[in-house]
Amino acid sequence: MDFALLISILAATIRAGTSLLYATIGEIYTERAGVLNLGIEGMMLMGAVTGFATAYHSGNALLGVVVAFMAGAGMGLIHAFLSITLRADQVVSGLALTIFGVGLSSFLGQRLGPGGGALVGLQGPHFSRIPIPGLSELPLIGDPLFNQDLLTYAIYFFVPLATFYLYRTRPGLNLRAIGEAPRAADAMGVNVTRLRYLYTMLGGALAGLGGAHLSLAYTPGWTENITGGRGWIAVALVIFSLWNPARAVLGVLLFGGINAIQFRMQAVGTTIPPQFLNLLPYLLTIIVMIAVTGYEKLSRSVGAPAALGQPYHREERGL
Amino acid sequence: MRLILEKRLDIDPRRTLAIRALALVLALVAGAILLLSVGVNPFATYWAMLVGALGDKSALGQTLLKAIPLMLTGLAVSVAFRMRFWNIGAEGQFAMGVFATSLVALFGPPALPWLPQALWLPLMMMASIVAGALWGLIPAALKAYRDVNEIIITLMLNYIAIGWLEYLFYGPWKNPEGFGFPGSAPFPPYTWLPMVAPDQLPRVHWGLIFALLATLILWFVMSRTRWGYEIRLLGENPNAARYAGISIVRNTLLIMVVSGGLAGLAGMVEIAGIAHRLQQGIMLGYGFTGIIVAWLARLNPWGVIGVAFALAVLLVGGNQIQISMGLPAAVALVLQGLLFFFVLGGDVFTQYRLRVVEEGKELA
Repeated sequence: MDFALLISILAATIRAGTSLLYATIGEIYTERAGVLNLGIEGMMLMGAVTGFATAYHSGNALLGVVVAFMAGAGMGLIHAFLSITLRADQVVSGLALTIFGVGLSSFLGQRLGPGGGALVGLQGPHFSRIPIPGLSELPLIGDPLFNQDLLTYAIYFFVPLATFYLYRTRPGLNLRAIGEAPRAADAMGVNVTRLRYLYTMLGGALAGLGGAHLSLAYTPGWTENITGGRGWIAVALVIFSLWNPARAVLGVLLFGGINAIQFRMQAVGTTIPPQFLNLLPYLLTIIVMIAVTGYEKLSRSVGAPAALGQPYHREERGL
Repeated sequence: MRLILEKRLDIDPRRTLAIRALALVLALVAGAILLLSVGVNPFATYWAMLVGALGDKSALGQTLLKAIPLMLTGLAVSVAFRMRFWNIGAEGQFAMGVFATSLVALFGPPALPWLPQALWLPLMMMASIVAGALWGLIPAALKAYRDVNEIIITLMLNYIAIGWLEYLFYGPWKNPEGFGFPGSAPFPPYTWLPMVAPDQLPRVHWGLIFALLATLILWFVMSRTRWGYEIRLLGENPNAARYAGISIVRNTLLIMVVSGGLAGLAGMVEIAGIAHRLQQGIMLGYGFTGIIVAWLARLNPWGVIGVAFALAVLLVGGNQIQISMGLPAAVALVLQGLLFFFVLGGDVFTQYRLRVVEEGKELA
């Protein structure tokens, strides 16, 4: 196989996968806490549009990232308030969040431009690729891994951090506890409600960062529905990864890889219609879902958090 | 002192209605604040939306035209949700209905020219229902036999169905006489759905009758038959249903045949009633909006009719303010989302009430 092609596919995979990985890691935190949030698509879109608008008007892409983080957290807060405090169904609340996010991001995209105009088609500051001296000259992996943008480098730290936090720290233990056995965690003095709020907002914030990576680095600029269903793929990836951040990397590489290969194939001019190649990630998600469900049955220890999707009310103790 | 939620002993339908009405008002207030914050007059906007959607005969016709697919997808989603089968895939089932309808309308008459022309419309209807049902059976079978999460599967199948349609009208089905525009050749005129009352309600097609009939049948089946009872029991108390010997596998498959079939029919009336050809813009997200319709209607078939009409007012009104006030149509989507939030958040107060308790006394 041609090495140059392999390297370019790997590099494109990592670029395409960054936003997915942010959203997936975020949702892992949220679901580990026992809250299912199907609003990732809406949260990512809000991160993308607010991030780009902020960067455009302030001339500072980093400030855009901060605002995208906060916008995502704010969206997460809506979901937390509805599903934790007001006990709304988590599935429906998440869907509402996506519909709201799609609508609001589209609306803001047409109002937040210069003079109340549209953001579509504008060019603003963005994160360009910064080769890391020395490392980027390594053979094979140097260019794909160490010639990326700042947000991609940041995710290199977030993944091991998430693994360490979940499995090696006291707060991480509490996080897993409120998702597996909230009543027991409550009895141990853990504030279930507060932590569920916190991790739902953290999940939203990270999804917002994922959206910002799209509008500030991957495809700089704002277009309506810039996420193109990535939020939903992230939902599938969380399940694919069995709620484990390290495995999420594997899943994202697989998905990003298909995306990258697809672009290369289109460029080469294959006879396969592009519409079919575009469908590959969705087909793969279905196959993965079927495979993982069988695997989960075999091994209970890697399954979903036991209390996922179930509200927790202190005053309604079991009879 | 703090606030707690206390379970109500009774659920009063009048209170529920009042809470719903309050949720609607609050959603409009929240929307107004949002509009004000970007320098738009909310009262003028809402008024323009109302006039644009209900102001005259043609506006009302337009609104009814939008309500038809929403009624059918709303019904489709609501039957599945009754059983707590989260069919997020009405959009894909709608697309497959569009596909089957186009297949029959484009290739049926040339292949079987001796068939009476009046037969083609019923054939298109049946094809769309079967196609939607089959597409809905995929997640149903995976859920029933392998316990695979239906949310993800139905969602992914949406993208696949939409991609399939795009492939067809960009590729093999593209009209050679279409001047390069993506889209199929037009359907023969006898495969067009007739209008209900062309003089009174311009453009409103027979889909309206189908939607109302479907509502009546569904209401009867769900509230007056044994099968409807089984479905409701499975949704409300699956354990009790299991003990009563009700088959989850069989009912999961059946409910998705009904749900997918209705969504497929929605696709049929949309393409045979309006566009009369397969082209870009046929997928307007009615399947997704059907989820909101179903939920706001509390999964009640008659409620679906009312909510579908109300959302159609919102959508048509949203399109109108684009023209009359230069505002993005997404305003309607934002309002939809807000409405959804407030109704969802308000639901808790139909079953709980807020109570102020003194610290340390809440266990008393």
